[in-house]
Amino acid sequence: MSKISAMNKRTTQTLAENISKQVEHFSKKEVECLIREFNVLMAEQNNSGRAVHGLDRGKFISTLHSIFGLTDDRMTGRVFRTFDKDNDSVVSMKEWIDGLSVFLRGTLDEKIKYCFTVYDLNGDNAISREEMLHMLKGRLIRQPNEEDPDEGIKDLVEIILKKMDYDHDGKLSFEDFEKAVKDENLLLEAFGTCLPDFRRIEMFEGRVFQEQMEQ
Amino acid sequence: MGISLTRAAQWTMVSSSTAKLVSTPMNESLLKEILHFVEHFRSQYPQEAEHVFEEPLQWSTTLVASDFKTDYDISDSDVQSHERDSEGHPLLQLSPPTVYVRSFSQLSKLLHLAHDKKLAEVRACLEENREPLVKILGRSFASDLVIEAHDDAVSVVDRTKEEGLSKDLEVKVKLFQLFQDMDKQILDTLLKDISEQVRLNPKAVKNEVEILQVFCGGGDKGLLKSLRYTSDFEFSNGYRAPLWRQVQGDICYLVIEPCDTETLHITCSTAGIFLNGGIKQEGEENGYEQTSDTYEDLVTLLKSRSPHFAEKINQQDSAVQELSTKKEKTVNEQLQLELHTTRRNIYEPRPSGILSTCGKTEENKGHKSSEEEKKSLRQGAKSKIKAEFSASSSPGHMSSQKRKTEENKTLKSSEDEHKNLRQRAKSKTKAELSASSSPGHVSSQKLKTSAGALPGEPFSESSTESEEEEEQPYRHPETNTDLPSEYWQIQKLVKYLKDGDQIVTVHTLCAMMDFNLMQESCQMAIQDTGGLKVLLNLLDTDEHKCKIGSLKILRTISHNSQIRRVIVDMRGVQSIVKILDSPVKELKALAAETIANVAKFRRARRNVRLYGGINKLVKLLDCLPNLASLTPSQEEDIEVACCGALALWSCSRSTKNKKAIRKAGGIPLLGRLLKSPLQKMLIPVVGTLQECASEESYRTDIQTLGMIKDLVRNLSSDNDELQMHCASAIFKCAEDKQTRDLVRKYKGLQPLVSLLHKADNKQLLAAATGAIWKCSISQENVTKFQEYKALEILVSLLTDQPEEVLVNVVGALGEFAQIPANKAAIREFGGIKPLVKLLTSPNQALLVNVTKAVGACATNKDNMVIIDQLDGIRLVWSLLKNPSADVQSSAAWALCACTENAEDAGETARSLIGGFQLIVKLLSSTNNEVLASICAAICKIAKDEENLAILTDFGVVPSLAKLTNTTDDRLRHHLADAIAQCCMWGSNRASFGEAGAVAPLVRYLKSKEGSVQRSTAMALYQLSRNPNNCITMHEKEVVQPLIHMMGSDDEELQEAAAGCVRSIRLLYMANRNAELFTFRN
Repeated sequence: MSKISAMNKRTTQTLAENISKQVEHFSKKEVECLIREFNVLMAEQNNSGRAVHGLDRGKFISTLHSIFGLTDDRMTGRVFRTFDKDNDSVVSMKEWIDGLSVFLRGTLDEKIKYCFTVYDLNGDNAISREEMLHMLKGRLIRQPNEEDPDEGIKDLVEIILKKMDYDHDGKLSFEDFEKAVKDENLLLEAFGTCLPDFRRIEMFEGRVFQEQMEQ
Repeated sequence: MGISLTRAAQWTMVSSSTAKLVSTPMNESLLKEILHFVEHFRSQYPQEAEHVFEEPLQWSTTLVASDFKTDYDISDSDVQSHERDSEGHPLLQLSPPTVYVRSFSQLSKLLHLAHDKKLAEVRACLEENREPLVKILGRSFASDLVIEAHDDAVSVVDRTKEEGLSKDLEVKVKLFQLFQDMDKQILDTLLKDISEQVRLNPKAVKNEVEILQVFCGGGDKGLLKSLRYTSDFEFSNGYRAPLWRQVQGDICYLVIEPCDTETLHITCSTAGIFLNGGIKQEGEENGYEQTSDTYEDLVTLLKSRSPHFAEKINQQDSAVQELSTKKEKTVNEQLQLELHTTRRNIYEPRPSGILSTCGKTEENKGHKSSEEEKKSLRQGAKSKIKAEFSASSSPGHMSSQKRKTEENKTLKSSEDEHKNLRQRAKSKTKAELSASSSPGHVSSQKLKTSAGALPGEPFSESSTESEEEEEQPYRHPETNTDLPSEYWQIQKLVKYLKDGDQIVTVHTLCAMMDFNLMQESCQMAIQDTGGLKVLLNLLDTDEHKCKIGSLKILRTISHNSQIRRVIVDMRGVQSIVKILDSPVKELKALAAETIANVAKFRRARRNVRLYGGINKLVKLLDCLPNLASLTPSQEEDIEVACCGALALWSCSRSTKNKKAIRKAGGIPLLGRLLKSPLQKMLIPVVGTLQECASEESYRTDIQTLGMIKDLVRNLSSDNDELQMHCASAIFKCAEDKQTRDLVRKYKGLQPLVSLLHKADNKQLLAAATGAIWKCSISQENVTKFQEYKALEILVSLLTDQPEEVLVNVVGALGEFAQIPANKAAIREFGGIKPLVKLLTSPNQALLVNVTKAVGACATNKDNMVIIDQLDGIRLVWSLLKNPSADVQSSAAWALCACTENAEDAGETARSLIGGFQLIVKLLSSTNNEVLASICAAICKIAKDEENLAILTDFGVVPSLAKLTNTTDDRLRHHLADAIAQCCMWGSNRASFGEAGAVAPLVRYLKSKEGSVQRSTAMALYQLSRNPNNCITMHEKEVVQPLIHMMGSDDEELQEAAAGCVRSIRLLYMANRNAELFTFRN
């Protein structure tokens, strides 16, 4: 038994060394901790006998929910898609650590890129009116006297376009989005919360990095 | 009776059957009214009085069988009345201790028998029969009528007739009508009573609590050990009591630990302040009972409970005064409070039609004019009570209302939204109830009439606080015509702000930022559409993005003075101060920046202090400002510190805040930031320091903590504003000699002189010249300044400058002219003429300095010629008429110099009409400095014999003699000089003796001051030429000190003392010779 865990440990270390070379922001030791955390989550996941090499959608979303406090269904699905770079419907260990590097330590540029990917629902490298409408729907309380339930939101989308669509093509390109966010950081998570807030980050890092390092 | 009982009467904690009427003045008068009604019922309405109740009223009475007389069957302790109903049951039956009564006539009789226990009987009856109407009229009828109460009672009668009901029923209806009338009557009188009492309001209570909290702690020195609210949550109406207790008028509950007695649990209610059964936490139901008398304020209650407190508060005179002024303000504030709430309601757009009734009444309330202040105050109090009554319906009703409104509302479940909802729900419920059907019938009707009776003028501005001139009155929301398009756009955004979730809110805030928020129309649009309130509410949420956005807008629009005021009125300062604790640095910085803008007026600054803002702001200063390389986090820290300094700068304009900053340890931190290389940091830091340098303690700290060096260094900055603040700080600090020396040591004098070249920036020039003035008090500095040719530049600044520059320039010249060479230099640079010209300025500060400078220059003969030519003596002399004592004395000193050095000063003086009279008159001044200077001037003027003669005619001798009792050495010196000089004319020596000037002068010899001794010896020498004076001197034992003085090194003193002794000796010899001569004969 101790032999196995020693072997495990060694594998983890080599794995961590490899990954830490490819991923920004994390030290080797921290990558090790994240791998352990990943393994814990994998163990919790009900694999029902199948051999899976990553976190499936359900487990990932529930993790976002419980650990990072992201509760907006529209967003968590997109976050999963963004984490799952190879589109194989599971978040692999590498994808997990890659994603977390933006999640926890990302620079503004990285975060802009990440958020834009989350918001670009159809992956056409632009956020269209329809996509905005979809993401903002229901965020405004409908007034009983308004006939069109989305009237307010439609108006809001126009206001947003006026502010963020610098090249006036009726949609937000990545450049538009980047410029707007750099101009006003508040617009980073413009269409839905897809990053954990700083308290959650602190909690997560405190738990995962410090506790495990003490071991 | 029904309504007044259920609504007005204050019952103790209701557990149905055992409820007791609380003994409050209100209940007391209520009982009396009812008693009166019942007692006279039999005589006024004989027919109705015979009506037999459906059920007997029964209660335990204190009456016993022996109290009953005829008309009653008495057997043992039981009593039965002769009067019986149709079925033969007695209408009154007593089986101790219970009595059963079945008609009003019996009730009246019984009360008649009860004599002085009447009230107790009524009370017991009411307490045990909670629904008298039901018992009297029968359940079905009573409820029937209550439902129909809307309709005219007559129509009910008609209806009953149509339905062919019995006569009995008619009587019942009549009875019911009577009850209703009485109800109205009772409520009316009660209202009158209550509205005449000074009623407490949350603001007054809060003020008092805040003041007392200042005096808490500090062991035996403090007034109290501690004082706290039971609940930290404050409803937006200022109440802290739970809603269901607010209805009873409870404002908040306090727990006070006095120094000497046990902990006091106190209820503050609108009716007054009293002890309760010990409410520790919200929600306990048993503690609300009143367990003491009602006091009108906290201090009175505490005085009666804690001897320690009473003793201390009497010592703390100032505090008491403050409290009492506060109390005087209460009335005014109450009115204001109402107006404020009204305004807020007007500004708050109402989402649906439900609120329209509420809006109407509230707005009507707003139509108060200041001329009607008093009236409207009463009216206000009245309608408040009415609202209370009407709101006191069943709790179930209320909560269902609340639920309804909450369902209408949004997904947003942040804490503050809750607060809002509850608030709204409350006002809605209130409004609805007061306007609704039966239970509130009477009161709602009255509310309408009272509101309608108010004069329909629009509410005037004059009722706004007059405490500060800088506070502008509220601007009216503009009428819908000619509003700019931004108004409508902003209105729409505000709507989204209210209805949207966090994401939408952020977008809306960003969109709002894109407006030109410095433009007044946009600022006002945000305020008028209720946006300001939403922005402030966002500050209390957990969403830091919303907070950031909100603060970004607030920090800009708070440049507008009206917005600032509204922010303070809406308790925005509390929220902003709270954010200073946030872990998000950007938020801290924004909050501090907003405070910097808001704290531009006194009340805001006071609020910042009271909510602990000063301590928090000082904490923000803690960063490392001068590291070579900074991490991003350290850079943020510096940004935060900058904003903190900005806020402190604004706050430091209040004296108490200066003290608070010092107490919070702000000075060393400011000192550290002073080493920063950043201008944006230095400006607020130096700004704060120079603002605070008006306090002695700060000046000491600035010097001892080594800040002078940094201030001097920044004099050479390339930023005018920074230079100005540095110079200004030096100006204030250089009163102290060591500081002056430090400025020289750190080579600050040269940069100060070079600042004089920036003649275009008058503020900078004023600060720089001020610093030069104060620094030149040290002669070493003057020498240095000379090297930098400061004098020439200063003289050139004597013309065409604003007064604040001139004061300093002339002040500096006055100091420069203490060195003889500079006197000539001033003349050579052409400074005399402009100086003399300035003698006609109306500015007193300037005049003090000008006369000083002219006086200093006048000691140079050549200067004096010019001054004389320019008629300077006359100008200086006429300044003696100036009302300011400083100008008077300064002018008198200058006069000394002029008179001494002018060629024909004596004649010039005589040519001035009324001049001598003026001088003699000033000898009755109460200011010692004036007296000393005038004495000195008299001494110089009287050197001319003719002048002395004139002065004598004007009674200079008795005037001087009157002053001799002084103990001020400076005055004694000049007074003795003047007396010595005045002895030179006619019989003045004798006159001084007669006026009793000799004896006090002898006492001057005991003074340690050399100049006093010398002048006194001279004066005594002059006076001793009169034999009577010699006798007086001898009696006062003058000889010994004089002999002692003869041993002095000062030749003049020796001579004078010896001369005086000689006179005495001569007199003695002459006397002895005379005696011998007589003896021989």
